[in-house]
Amino acid sequence: MSIKVPTMAEMMAEGKTPEVLFWVGCAGSYDDRAKKITRAFVKLLQKADVSFAVLGTEESCSGDPAKRAGNEFLFQMQAMTNIEIMNAYEVKKIVTACPHCFNTLKNEYPGLGGNYQVMHHTEFLKSLLDEGRLTIEGGKFVGTKITFHDPCYLGRANNIYEAPRDLIKKLEVELVEMKRCKSNALCCGAGGAQMFKDAEKGDKEIFVERTDDALETNPDIIATGCPFCNTMLTDGIKNVEKESEIKVLDIAEILASADEL
Amino acid sequence: MHFLSNILFALLLIVGVGYFIMNVKKLIRNIKLGRDIDRSDQPSARWKNMVNIALGQSKMVRRPVAGILHIIVYAGFIIINIEVLEIIIDGLFGTHRVFSFAGGLYDFLIGSFEILAFLVLISVIIFWIRRMIIRIPRFWSKEMTSWPKNDALNILYFEMVLMSLFLIMNAADYNLQQLGVGHYIKAGSFPISQYIAPWLPQNADTLMWIERGAWWLHIIGIFIFLNYLYYSKHLHILLAFPNTYYANLEPKGKINNLQSVTDEVQLMLDPNADPYAAPPEPEGDEMPEKFGASDVTDLTWIQLMNAYTCTECGRCTSVCPANQTGKLLSPRAIMMKTRDRIEEVGRNIDKNGEFKEDDKSLFATITNEEIWACTSCNACVEECPVNIDPLSIIVDLRRYLVMEQSSAPQELNMMFTNIENNGAPWQYNQLDRLNWKDE
Repeated sequence: MSIKVPTMAEMMAEGKTPEVLFWVGCAGSYDDRAKKITRAFVKLLQKADVSFAVLGTEESCSGDPAKRAGNEFLFQMQAMTNIEIMNAYEVKKIVTACPHCFNTLKNEYPGLGGNYQVMHHTEFLKSLLDEGRLTIEGGKFVGTKITFHDPCYLGRANNIYEAPRDLIKKLEVELVEMKRCKSNALCCGAGGAQMFKDAEKGDKEIFVERTDDALETNPDIIATGCPFCNTMLTDGIKNVEKESEIKVLDIAEILASADEL
Repeated sequence: MHFLSNILFALLLIVGVGYFIMNVKKLIRNIKLGRDIDRSDQPSARWKNMVNIALGQSKMVRRPVAGILHIIVYAGFIIINIEVLEIIIDGLFGTHRVFSFAGGLYDFLIGSFEILAFLVLISVIIFWIRRMIIRIPRFWSKEMTSWPKNDALNILYFEMVLMSLFLIMNAADYNLQQLGVGHYIKAGSFPISQYIAPWLPQNADTLMWIERGAWWLHIIGIFIFLNYLYYSKHLHILLAFPNTYYANLEPKGKINNLQSVTDEVQLMLDPNADPYAAPPEPEGDEMPEKFGASDVTDLTWIQLMNAYTCTECGRCTSVCPANQTGKLLSPRAIMMKTRDRIEEVGRNIDKNGEFKEDDKSLFATITNEEIWACTSCNACVEECPVNIDPLSIIVDLRRYLVMEQSSAPQELNMMFTNIENNGAPWQYNQLDRLNWKDE
């Protein structure tokens, strides 16, 4: 089913400026699992009547994995190209569902001439909630047990711990914390460009270790706010063959599906 | 003859403090081998960090048991040093308990010192038990053998001996005061050592030997400890303060943008730049700037100070996801190897007057396997009780491997190629970026 998603180019052609640019990111654009998160978030934006646009084919990798892998050249090439495009559209505010893009756009683009107000989608949804533009009801999730995995690039990297939890609490669910949570949270294993390579030799996969943390809370749902964490924890759940009992879902997916969007 | 001990003491003081100052100068010189970085902004936020984290030990209590014991030892260490001031004056001028004119206040102070010394002794014994009997894993990692292991134990033994000497000295003094011997005027209160006193001989001569012996050993011990610092992981008692003051105030996720790269990328993207222009002649014999770090001189002075500040507690390594899952990487080992290399470069300079190429670098001890195992999750940075940043060194080493050596793991090279060609780390066509809306 096709959904209507305006691009910045289309908006500009109509002489309109959106309230916010939705930065989809590579995972959100291409990864089959992450695309569902993207679509869920768009449905929430539409429900809240947010005027938004995407860059579409003009969007390119933020450069985060290149930078973390030490390829500063490639990172800055990507960043400057993206900044040129976004500055041409006079972008002021960006929202993204990927904490890696979020961190790079927010912290590393300003030094290269890209100054925007950048929000993670959980922060943005929280602000919509606070402004009364979005209502959240638990729907089919009421009473379920949800644990939230803090993405490193949202939590420790940018000290955002409460926005995702505030959203989850609104669903009238039982939010259970893992023994390692918030600033003590364990990485899923995908950051720092690990997503794109096999792990070094060790005695365990990091995503298995983190999935064990989540399983200890005996949850119905493991909530995440990052497409990479989502992939890793989904693999972890498959690894213990629990995919029929425990779902790994992005907060945007939970909210959209609670509302049967 | 009468002044012999005063002269001896003055000599000891001069040598002890002089050697310490010499080493501090060397320490500062070595730290300044690092590249310049400006951290003079936001002084109020920096003072606040220093007061909270170094003085207030706020990050130590993330682990309550070790944190509280550490605060006791630390408070004891600082407060008991008021007593050292008295010892120095007594030693120089041949007085005895020169501050005792303060009467009730003096009694209170000596009493407090005793209680603190006792608590320090107990805490240090518990530290030893945690290390040697309970064998907490972070004290037994592979980098904690030989010198690092002995260094940690030496410090504990030192503290035990110093605190015991202090209490024995007071116990002997207490007995002498009771006996009304010579200049042992009644001064101070002895809530702990009065219980040691009955175990000592009651003969005035022997007691004076014990009292003087403990006094001398105590102060000699303090001077040795002071000069041990430079060679030890224990430098953190001094460097924790500048280290927290100058620590990064930006969000932890932010990695610096290399200006040298920015200059080149801007030139490449500038439509007005002449593609055939020769690169500007380097001025003088200036070397083109290296991308990333292969040696300590490529790191910033903050990173070098970090290495000297590290007390090898291993909290970073114990929370590192790579280390916990059996990978080679240990953030603590990165800091220790960095410090070892600074010391090596420092000794090279001491010997040759200036640094003489030794064909070594950080890569002599830090392996690529360690560097590539990092997930950049910032757990180590978050955990460090004195705000050391091992991740920044790992990133600078990666930059060198990628931009100077082109030696990234093959899969990462493929990821780079994909980003260059398709604008995504995977092999998808950029024109398909919006396909998700129709699926």
